Amino acid sequence: MNPIDLPVGEDDLQAYLDGRLGAERVEAVERYLVDHPAIAADLERDRRLLAELRDRLGPKAAEPIPARLRISSIRAGVRRRRLLHLRSVAAVCAWLALGGLGGWMANGILGAPNAEPVRTARMADDAIAAYRTFVVEVVHPVEVRADEGAHLVGWLSKRLRTPITVPDLTRLGYRLMGGRLLPGRSGPAAMLMYDDDAGTRLTLYVKTDETEETSFQFVEEDGVSAFLWRDRGLGYVVTAATAREALMPVARLVYDELERPPEPKPANQL
Amino acid sequence: MSEDEIARLVEPLIPGLRRYAYALVRDATAADDLVQDCLERVVGRWHLRRPDGDLRAWIYAILRNLHLSALRQGRRRGEHVGLDDMAEPPGVDGGQLGKAEFRDVLAGLETLSEEHRTVLLLVGVEDLSYEETAKVTGLPIGTVMSRLSRARERLRSYLDHGARPNLRRVK
Repeated sequence: MNPIDLPVGEDDLQAYLDGRLGAERVEAVERYLVDHPAIAADLERDRRLLAELRDRLGPKAAEPIPARLRISSIRAGVRRRRLLHLRSVAAVCAWLALGGLGGWMANGILGAPNAEPVRTARMADDAIAAYRTFVVEVVHPVEVRADEGAHLVGWLSKRLRTPITVPDLTRLGYRLMGGRLLPGRSGPAAMLMYDDDAGTRLTLYVKTDETEETSFQFVEEDGVSAFLWRDRGLGYVVTAATAREALMPVARLVYDELERPPEPKPANQL
Repeated sequence: MSEDEIARLVEPLIPGLRRYAYALVRDATAADDLVQDCLERVVGRWHLRRPDGDLRAWIYAILRNLHLSALRQGRRRGEHVGLDDMAEPPGVDGGQLGKAEFRDVLAGLETLSEEHRTVLLLVGVEDLSYEETAKVTGLPIGTVMSRLSRARERLRSYLDHGARPNLRRVK
């Protein structure tokens, strides 16, 4: 059917109001509005309200940018925090370099907050160990299967005491197989396992109690690659027996999927 | 990517981000705090963005997500109550507010639910395309169009009658 003949929809009316309607639909919409004066009046009212809203908020965008929001100031702040973080890493390294007794003492003196590299290594170790243990499992790779999706999410969220999101990796050909609960040093951790049509398996390891925020770090251990990062109190490790380049898009997609805010309601309920 | 390049790409968006943040939190300092949080994330995670992606949609999405998490944690300027959550508009139970209060478009904006307010602002004020708005909100484009239509209907109805229209629920 020719687009000109299609009935007028609310999307047409919205696009008409926003001045974004394709030229081929304008005539149909204008004809419709002549025939439906009440709708035309509402649309005109909406147009005036929009102009009013823009007038009221416009001055905010016309203000000069505050100095603290310049990218140079923002970057200085981000750098300062990174430097502090690096210093604490350097401090741990220096202590450990004293060796023997010195190293042992450092472990006690520099408590948890400064033991960042140690924590990172532990998280990666735990995740890779879990990967190695369960990825070869044929009969019971997961505890709860993906077809019990709601139960899986509810159960892991409850045990980790924080809402767990299961990222959708189908865009890269990976389907969720399921998940399991694992013991961790500071409480339970969750592991989700995915596979693709070729049977390649990868895992996403999630643990709570991570106060630092870090960007992606990469670890490789005997042919097993892992990307890890921390965000909003959770630590994540994506692990697979592939090269760094192959795993990077997966880690990115997992990250993107976790950034997406949970929908408060189903999308079709307006 | 050189540091100047980040500034060159991101700074032109700051006036719009401040306006959007202000419309969300309605407090000048809290709005700039929100923008600052957002820009820190943008700079700190510059290497994580998709080089082929839509920069504007990415940054607006970061700002909105920060705002949503702040709302969930209940800090930053008390509670925003969406119209969906209330039986009555705020503060009118005693009838102290005159009709003029209802006619203020910003007050009307505040009575909308967060998702309606967001699509109305992104499309109507920030001039994001429907596709960009769909990316920011993570919704299909058809849902964005429906929400936009519903948001305008509710704003109009609230400002003209001071009440929520009797809407058909679209299931």
